[in-house]
Amino acid sequence: MKPDELRSLAQKESELRKSYRYRINVCCSSGCMPFGSLKVLSAFKDAVREFGVEEECYVARTGCVGTCSLAPAVLVEPGDYLYQNVTPEKAREIVKEHIVGGRPVKSMLYGNEAFFKKQLRIVLRNAGKIDPLRIEDYIAVGGYYALLKALTRMTPQGVIEEVALSGLKGRGGAGFLTGLKWRYVARAPGSPKYVIANLDEGDPGVFANRTLAEADPHAILEGMAIAAYAVGSQKGYIYVRSEYPLAVQTLKKAIEAARSMGVLGDNIFETSFSFDVELRLGAGAFVAGEETAILASIEGRRAMPRPRPPYPAQSGLWGKPTLINNVETLANVPVILLKGSEWFSSIGSKNCTGTKCFSLTGKVNNPGLIEVPMGITLREVVFDIGGGVAPGRRFKAVQVGGPSGGFLPEQLLDLPIDYESLTKAGAIMGSGGIVVLDDTSCMVDTAKFFTEFCVDESCGKCTPCRAGLYKLYKVLDGFTRGEGSVEDFSKVEELCEFIKEASLCGLGQTAPNPTLTTLRYFRDEYIAHLVEKRCPAGKCFGNSGGGGVE
Amino acid sequence: MSKPVELTIDGKKVTAKEGETILEAARRNGLYIPALCYLEGVSSFGGCRVCVVELKGSPRVFASCVTPVTGGMEVVTDSEKLRRYRRWAVELLLAERPHVCSVCVANGSCELQQLATELGVDHLRVDREWTDYEVDLTHERFAYDPNRCILCTRCIRVCDEVEGVHTLDLMLRGKNSKVIFDLDENWGFSRSCTSCGKCSASCPVGALYVKGKPLSEVKKKDLVSFIMERRSEK
Repeated sequence: MKPDELRSLAQKESELRKSYRYRINVCCSSGCMPFGSLKVLSAFKDAVREFGVEEECYVARTGCVGTCSLAPAVLVEPGDYLYQNVTPEKAREIVKEHIVGGRPVKSMLYGNEAFFKKQLRIVLRNAGKIDPLRIEDYIAVGGYYALLKALTRMTPQGVIEEVALSGLKGRGGAGFLTGLKWRYVARAPGSPKYVIANLDEGDPGVFANRTLAEADPHAILEGMAIAAYAVGSQKGYIYVRSEYPLAVQTLKKAIEAARSMGVLGDNIFETSFSFDVELRLGAGAFVAGEETAILASIEGRRAMPRPRPPYPAQSGLWGKPTLINNVETLANVPVILLKGSEWFSSIGSKNCTGTKCFSLTGKVNNPGLIEVPMGITLREVVFDIGGGVAPGRRFKAVQVGGPSGGFLPEQLLDLPIDYESLTKAGAIMGSGGIVVLDDTSCMVDTAKFFTEFCVDESCGKCTPCRAGLYKLYKVLDGFTRGEGSVEDFSKVEELCEFIKEASLCGLGQTAPNPTLTTLRYFRDEYIAHLVEKRCPAGKCFGNSGGGGVE
Repeated sequence: MSKPVELTIDGKKVTAKEGETILEAARRNGLYIPALCYLEGVSSFGGCRVCVVELKGSPRVFASCVTPVTGGMEVVTDSEKLRRYRRWAVELLLAERPHVCSVCVANGSCELQQLATELGVDHLRVDREWTDYEVDLTHERFAYDPNRCILCTRCIRVCDEVEGVHTLDLMLRGKNSKVIFDLDENWGFSRSCTSCGKCSASCPVGALYVKGKPLSEVKKKDLVSFIMERRSEK
């Protein structure tokens, strides 16, 4: 593709988009699809035809808007009218009233403005507004312009500097400065170099990366291409879980479309830069999201982490310098190049710029996918965006960072969300999972649950994680039945310290967090189990719950 | 490759080769760091975490068998914390599967047993597991008892890197990990196994052993390092 072709295509497509008075975006991501969004989509198409408004109303199959509790969700532009729980019958009514009659159907609208008010969408800029299967849609909203800019007006060095100045940190959890990582790979001797996009999002209840891939796959591809140009790579891999069939399909089609459009392949935009991307599917291991385990898996070996150094930047895939970035990190890159590092670093907090996507789940009124500026407090996320817990229930704890994230109590809710503050409090940024618990949850039982998950997902390589976590699980399991004594706490804490400090990879190093934080902030519940032999939440001691027996 | 690197181990100045690990440098200089999954002559695994050391200026601990030396590094190989961690590692390994020394072929020549003695492990603070793996006696000369396996993968690495066969590998994950022959065949039916015996010679415990003899009677010199040395001499 020539630069001019991109420009004229973008102009043509955006004019086409403007030529419609209305645009109906039907969410067809894995959140809404099980609720019949494909039927809703065809109902909209039928209704538009029935009422003869095809010329002025475009019906698009899009990705997620983030409000998963409203499935199937439909967004009508202009005005961003969000309809909830749309059925094929309701679809006809929406077309009749809203499109033909010009009166939004108030009874079906999602009335909760607060969910969106504190959000800021950079990564999810196009989610729910473009058709992920049409590359033209992405180009119409400025897609691949950043790549064009990088290739024609910037040096690889310049791209790295821009990303470094933006302060962007790795969104996969560790929070390493992206620009610095790129610089390491660019400077590392050896060729070829590889770029890997990490989409192995294995945490239960976390779906941010999946949603991104389903809603805006080209943002990932464009980010990868820019990264490849910056570090001097010609070959990229997207490592995606095979449990994400829709994301895999969407990415596959996106790669094909990008190749036929010429934004992937040889001599992109008539420059000397060539880059191609392949998909690699994970075989269902949580630990495979660890960067050195990804390398092993792509090479065709058992997904076991290996010690670093050497870091992948020096010796990665097949011993070659390799850049591994989370897809959310990569999706930030095109925007940074277009709007500038200064703009990006003005968002968020001082040491932690930009935004972060969170999967907000658990006992919260508005679950869904959110994107918020860094530095926002947990209270704002849980109560303003999430709408708090159900009426009559009391907020108890929030888990941040996936299965190995710590649980934070009410008094820590004013903590700003950034890597440092979370780690200090015993939680982690992790993959961006936020699970809200109310007073129906038992903290001992919850700690046991998440420890069990990590026991199952340990790769088995190192002793602390493989044998230690299982022992920790057994002790916690005993606690939920009232077995053990308060004297065991120090043993548990000592074991946790060993697992945390001596484990080889991030899985073991963070897996004791749920236990440690619940012991720290909810010790009274442990004591209730062991001394009073009762569960305050009524979960443990058999189904009826010891707490219920008064 | 062989540019000398200066570092201190427990306050003692030592010279190491560039690219060498802390453990190798320590051993070549006659300094002792306990280790278990490490085996001279084959690649390092970094799994058992017995060989952990502290580095001045870092709050973390490092497995010395996989941490390369760097100039000016200050290594601490013995401290209250390290002894505590090593004890946990050994205790957890002992508790993970039914290790009953009195009925084990390796009794008296077992590296895990020696470590336990050395670290003063006279009781376990966690419950023991009583796994019930079938003992594989199908090979005419060797036997395999997964209940005694500590998953150090020495046998796998020796089979792959020294014998060049890769009969052995790991199956499943986490605490269910198991060393298997070929695609989980019985040993006697393995088509790739050359019956060379290097795996049993490198087993630190009594999981892979020569039938009919206690380990103390089997001549068990440092077989692997001996082979590697002879090969490199040519």
